Amino acid sequence: MLARRIIPCLDVRDGRVVKGTNFLRLRDMADPVDMARFYNDSGADELVFYDITASAEGRNLFTNILRRVAGEIFIPLTVGGGIRTLDDFDRVLKCGADKVSVNSGAIADPGLIAAGARKYGDQCVVLSMDVKRVEGRFRLFAKGGREDTGIDAMEWAVKGAAAGAGEIVLNSIDTDGVRRGFDLEMLDELASRVNIPIVASGGAGRMEDFAELFTHPGVDAGLAASIFHTRQVEISALKAYLRDLGVPMRV
Amino acid sequence: MIAIVDYGVGNLFSLRSSLRALGAEAEVTRDAGRLRAAGRIILPGVGAFGDAREKLEGTGLVPVLREEAERKPLLGICLGMQLLFDRGFEYGEHPGLGLVPGQVVSLRESLEDKSLKVPHMGWNSLDVLRDDPLFRYFKSGEYVYYVHSFYARDCDASTLGTSRYGNVAVTGAVRCGNVWGAQFHPEKSGDAGLRLLRAFAEL
Repeated sequence: MLARRIIPCLDVRDGRVVKGTNFLRLRDMADPVDMARFYNDSGADELVFYDITASAEGRNLFTNILRRVAGEIFIPLTVGGGIRTLDDFDRVLKCGADKVSVNSGAIADPGLIAAGARKYGDQCVVLSMDVKRVEGRFRLFAKGGREDTGIDAMEWAVKGAAAGAGEIVLNSIDTDGVRRGFDLEMLDELASRVNIPIVASGGAGRMEDFAELFTHPGVDAGLAASIFHTRQVEISALKAYLRDLGVPMRV
Repeated sequence: MIAIVDYGVGNLFSLRSSLRALGAEAEVTRDAGRLRAAGRIILPGVGAFGDAREKLEGTGLVPVLREEAERKPLLGICLGMQLLFDRGFEYGEHPGLGLVPGQVVSLRESLEDKSLKVPHMGWNSLDVLRDDPLFRYFKSGEYVYYVHSFYARDCDASTLGTSRYGNVAVTGAVRCGNVWGAQFHPEKSGDAGLRLLRAFAEL
């Protein structure tokens, strides 16, 4: 039986993990390679790396890190951040990424999804969406959630899936950082519209939030950053807990 | 030396890295002489059946692979495993290498529950049906990582292990003589996958 997935997400700027690492009791708390190793050993099912650097220098650091992680961690790696062209796909895939996550780049050029899927396969293209309620509708945001695109998020998701996205990461701006659970209403709406895997992001605060998330059959995976980085939730304990509740988990 | 067949499909980065992590010598090559010199061969692959079959044909290595499969262990991974079969039905009908009896068909068409997602993507447990040296370090029921939309069927005599997806017992691992196949990606299946590759390297 297909397991539900637990995915830690690492935001990397200038070669360092930048979100919520302040409590992590690791040797080097913000070294992405050390953290990747730690998560691999804890049983993470997949890793997501977002490159949030703006400079060319930072980008080089990022690809070097990616190569090092991919060279020693043998679980799927998804990479996002600054993916605007097929050359960007190529750059991160050559460094060992398995999937490429597109967000603002696909909003600027919707043809990017189809082009990526045609060249590398549907399974390689992850559509990442930042979504917020505006006047009772789910609205798509760009630029890290700062810019309202005016686009209906669910219609965008349907188009993305039709264009060849193999998976959707849905980040709810409304629940992100609040730590009171995932945005189940938004996730259910998305699950009723597309038939590709859905990764839930935004709002996880405790183990029970994942248990509740996985009572929703349309959701395939739960993604979080700081609660894992701070070790407020330990992945190995979380997966054992979920398995005991009957959620199929790789443990 | 393990020769990884380079025919322009898929990303060989992690396969090479995982073999390196095991201390196995590996070389990515499309040179017939290197395939003949190798102790083992891995046929990787990601993408569509027909396209990959054409690209493999284009390298001129098909007769070499057929000959070498008589002499040494060959492992097909993902689409590389699918190509081992007689036929594939992805975007039309295409001949495979015919090294393992069976055919590769659409998973979606075989699934009764149409709400199940295709590709079959993620971690699924591999139930070992037949003991094999490939499973020397692997326990039945361990999870392996799959990403695929087509699967091998009518190959019961060669099937070593399956993974359950809805009503379908997805063919996960096969063997026919010197030829092994894994529908999942051992190079992406964490420690369990590395142990499978280690067993292959030791065959």
